[in-house]
Amino acid sequence: MNKEERYSVALFVSVGHVIKAEKILKKAGIPHKVIPVPRSISSDCGVCVRFLTEDKDRVKAALSELVPINEFREL
Amino acid sequence: MDGESLIYFDNAATTWPKPKEMIEAMVAFNDSIGANPGRSGHRLSIEAARVIYSTRELICELINAPDPLSIILTKNATEGINCCLMGLLKQGDHVITSSMEHNSVMRPLRFLETKGVTVSTVLCSPSGEIDLDDIRGAINKHTKMIAITHASNVTGTVMPIEEIARVAKEHGIFFFVDAAQTIGNREIDVIKVGIDILCFSGHKSLYGPQGTGGFYLRKGLEEFLSPLMMGGTGSASEFERQPDFLPDKYESGTPNGIGFAGLAASVRFVLGQGVDRIRAREKTLTKIFLDGLKGIEGVMLYGVDDPSRRTGTVSFNIRGVSPSDISSELDEKYRIMVRPGLHCAPSAHRTIGTFPQGTVRFSFGFFNTEEEILYGIKAIEEIAKTYYNRER
Ligand SMILES: Cc1ncc(COP(=O)(O)O)c(C=O)c1O
Repeated sequence: MNKEERYSVALFVSVGHVIKAEKILKKAGIPHKVIPVPRSISSDCGVCVRFLTEDKDRVKAALSELVPINEFREL
Repeated sequence: MDGESLIYFDNAATTWPKPKEMIEAMVAFNDSIGANPGRSGHRLSIEAARVIYSTRELICELINAPDPLSIILTKNATEGINCCLMGLLKQGDHVITSSMEHNSVMRPLRFLETKGVTVSTVLCSPSGEIDLDDIRGAINKHTKMIAITHASNVTGTVMPIEEIARVAKEHGIFFFVDAAQTIGNREIDVIKVGIDILCFSGHKSLYGPQGTGGFYLRKGLEEFLSPLMMGGTGSASEFERQPDFLPDKYESGTPNGIGFAGLAASVRFVLGQGVDRIRAREKTLTKIFLDGLKGIEGVMLYGVDDPSRRTGTVSFNIRGVSPSDISSELDEKYRIMVRPGLHCAPSAHRTIGTFPQGTVRFSFGFFNTEEEILYGIKAIEEIAKTYYNRER
């Protein structure tokens, strides 16, 4: 992880939603990674999607309507 | 046919053989994924979740459903049917069904009757066809759902789901379709037709492994449908209440991951062959069989004449000979596997006039050949000659 880059995560209600979000972001060409939910965040379903904080608006736009995001968190 | 090969004509019960891609996908899942999907967050668990998601996506593609998360995966069609009928119909509700239903629909409805749900069973014609006016006539102000099979597993008769959907829509009634006999061999577009719930088997005309099935639920309906089973979903674990979102609301407990990995490969196979081609192939085989049987003295055929309005399932009897005698003779002497008897649908047999002895059912699949069909006709010819003539 590059020190200069700031990351955020999007949290979802279930792993199905995470995989759906992953597919959409992949298609939209927005860099992302499915990661275990960091310990500092209490959320369920075990996994979340990490992306560059500067891409937050793009992520929001890509997922809107298609997958409800539970929450955004900056890392 | 050489003396060694078995001929499998019981595809309406479960298809066989399965495409080799199915077992390859199951081995791959077992060897390199194997984890519990969506429970643990490690890479194998995520990979397992991806596989199951792809199964949902492929089914969506097949039935034109908009959202993979609206495909609920179950262990067979029966589980989905039970979940939807028992979860949606409450005391005081009225439901309309047909006399051609499988017991997987009929038994939950009979049970619901004891809980204050009223059921109208529309009597179909002796060839298994339904009259739309009879459906219209059964509607009352409490009618909540029309629940109907897409095709009879006894006669293969295909129901006019497009027209029935229109009736349901006109009256603001939920439309439930049991597609156990048709998914993968007839085009189904849940949006275009206007289907609210579509239940299906994975192990029949999708050519997937046993222990797989599912249902499509129109978005928003989860608000009205209570789950049949509750438990761990890997989501919303901080709450002791069942999650209210799809598909988790109806998918409690560890799923059949390896089965759904196989099902994904099988649906890919079906999409690759094309539903149109599969249907055309089964229609050709069925037509050859029907034409062959028509010429045999003593044979009584059931269902509609027109092969385009039926699936690859054919029921018949030889006058005076019991279905189980015919099927054992077919097995022992000809190595042909078929199903005799009532096929889990007593009401359908009453409708076509074959209760309680039932019928002999031949059901064809993609892997059957013309040669096999001709051999099957010859076998029936010989059996009819031996037994029907002797009975007279
Ligand atoms: C019309 C129909 N509905 C439901 C079922 C039940 O399917 P499953 O065995 O997958 O539960 C079957 C098959 O037996 C069927 O033919």
